[in-house]
Amino acid sequence: MSRIKLLVVDDEVDFLKLVKRRLEKRNFDVAVASGGPEALRYLGKNPVDVVILDVRMPGMGGMDTLKHICRKHSSVEVIMLTGHSSVASGLEGISHGAYDYILKPFEIDDLIIRIRNAYEHLLLREKGGQ
Amino acid sequence: MKSSLYAQLKWKLTAIALSFSLIPLFLLGFVLHSQFCDSYTEKLRSNLRLTVLNKVDAIDMFLSERVVQLQNIANTNSFAEIAEQGNLNQLFDAIYSTSNSFIDLGVFDQQGNHVAYCGPYDLKNINYRDQRWFNQAMLKGIYISDVFMGYRNFPHFIIAVKRREQGRTWVLRATIDSEVFDFLVGSVRTGQFGDSYLINSGLLLQTSSRRSGEILSAAALPQFSIGSDVDILRWNDNGTGMVAGIMRLKMVDWSLVVLENPSEELSPVLRDQSLVFILLFVCALMISVGSYFTIASIVRKLMLTDKEKARIDATIMQSSKMASLGKMAAGVAHEVNNPLSIIRESAGWVRDMIAEGDFDEVEARENLEEALGDIERHVERARSVTHKMLGFARSMEPTQEDVDFNQLVRETVSFLDNEILYRNIRVDYDLSLELPFLNTDFNQVQQVVLNLVENAIDAAGEKGTIHLSTQSGTDFVEFRISDSGPGIPQELLSRVFDPFFTTKSAGEGTGLGLSIIYSILKKVGGDIKVQNLTEGGAQFSVRLPLVNRNMYHQEEICPE
Repeated sequence: MSRIKLLVVDDEVDFLKLVKRRLEKRNFDVAVASGGPEALRYLGKNPVDVVILDVRMPGMGGMDTLKHICRKHSSVEVIMLTGHSSVASGLEGISHGAYDYILKPFEIDDLIIRIRNAYEHLLLREKGGQ
Repeated sequence: MKSSLYAQLKWKLTAIALSFSLIPLFLLGFVLHSQFCDSYTEKLRSNLRLTVLNKVDAIDMFLSERVVQLQNIANTNSFAEIAEQGNLNQLFDAIYSTSNSFIDLGVFDQQGNHVAYCGPYDLKNINYRDQRWFNQAMLKGIYISDVFMGYRNFPHFIIAVKRREQGRTWVLRATIDSEVFDFLVGSVRTGQFGDSYLINSGLLLQTSSRRSGEILSAAALPQFSIGSDVDILRWNDNGTGMVAGIMRLKMVDWSLVVLENPSEELSPVLRDQSLVFILLFVCALMISVGSYFTIASIVRKLMLTDKEKARIDATIMQSSKMASLGKMAAGVAHEVNNPLSIIRESAGWVRDMIAEGDFDEVEARENLEEALGDIERHVERARSVTHKMLGFARSMEPTQEDVDFNQLVRETVSFLDNEILYRNIRVDYDLSLELPFLNTDFNQVQQVVLNLVENAIDAAGEKGTIHLSTQSGTDFVEFRISDSGPGIPQELLSRVFDPFFTTKSAGEGTGLGLSIIYSILKKVGGDIKVQNLTEGGAQFSVRLPLVNRNMYHQEEICPE
């Protein structure tokens, strides 16, 4: 089984650095982007399986980025990352086409389960599409 | 501080109430009293005039009666008849029965010889040819003398009438006791100081006087000129004001003088005066006590109302603060959750390294140190968020301190950084570098700025801009905040500071934000204006005094 390719999008650089290290240790291919436009640029050039997307970001927010991704990149699953106070925005993400959401701060194992579920869902979706 | 301000207000109101009630009262009292005095004095004057006129008439009548009596006797008797002692005695008895003021009756021939006499003295055969009275009577026909003591040594006067009879002339003379005048004149004396007497042309007393002494002494009167009517004289006699009515008699060159002491005559008025004073005093006392108690109770009610208002203000302020905190909560959760998730990830990273057990490697050490550094930094970040929030939410105690207003603006905006960041709002600062410190209440002013920035964020919306500027004036600092929003409809501009006025839909705003700003600024001595900018959006301009002169007032109405 090939390594799952992840793209983590958040405006917190320290957070990106740590999550990248920890996920890499757990055998994921991890790319990071510190904002919506950067993420879309990366997606345009590189294959990605699962995007982990923060809801609240300056500039292009998480929700706008999600809409762009859903429109242009059908072969990715998105997991929304949201603060405690905005469970509603996580659910809103799902209604806009995200696969799942997770509340900050989270257990890395929790995140990994969701990533795997998302990836399986992606595979199923691709099989179904064929 | 508190009670003295209310006491000042109380005294000020009392003074105003008293001056508006007592001054008219005393004015009215004074005018009425002086009018009454004037008319009473006028009345006394005319009374005096009337008395003098009546008395002069009575004395003139007495004299003319006596003269007529003598003339009748002279005309109805011939010299031969009247020179007969028996006849003269009968005639004397007849006139004595009509007036017992006659003392004697004498007949004189042309040469001044006393040819017949009826009376208590032995005056027969004395020659009066060289006497003044005889010559005057012979000359004028009638003579009335001044009062004199004469041989008899008591005051009397004489009336002499001339009769021409068949070529010869004779004179009938009567002596009259002048005591009759004492009686006639004395009856008009009033009070303790009132006086009345007759004087001759040489100002010698013709009757006795209470004040001027015995008969024939000089009357104590000031200089006066006598006319045909009653003259009223006023003068001051050793501190006693005197009024005299003087009139000349018709029959003889005498004048009647009636003296009055006006203060004595005015004693009923003076009695009234003291009654008026007592009444005035009682009225003034009642008004004073009444207004004092009324005003004291009004001020007490005002104090209670102020206290109640301050309590309500404080409650509203607190709820507004709570509303601000609620609004910030989402941002705060994110602000805190972000560092928390980084801390958690750092801890997880350390756990990962422990699981691998490779601490000896230099790279691992560095990683570990980096992770710990991250933890410390983000703990600090979370702490600063909670610290700021606590600072904002802390108690409402009014304070007075030196405030760097620019710093206050930046710090307050930082509460809403998240909101600003995620709504993509641009905030432009144009803060004056030469801004002086304000001596004011930090918490209250911060609440003002916070409410204004919140409003601006709501108005500016996604990707809007907010412009903040400060500048200093002579004794104030001006803070302007404008947004790129739609502005406020012109017809609503005057109502934005009304409590519960809001353009937001139900549930989104309390409508209290701007009214709270308004009441805070009133407390700290500031001022706020709103206008729509021509380029769009609304601008609020706040002026804050360098020194909060309302400080005491503020302390005063703050609930205990």
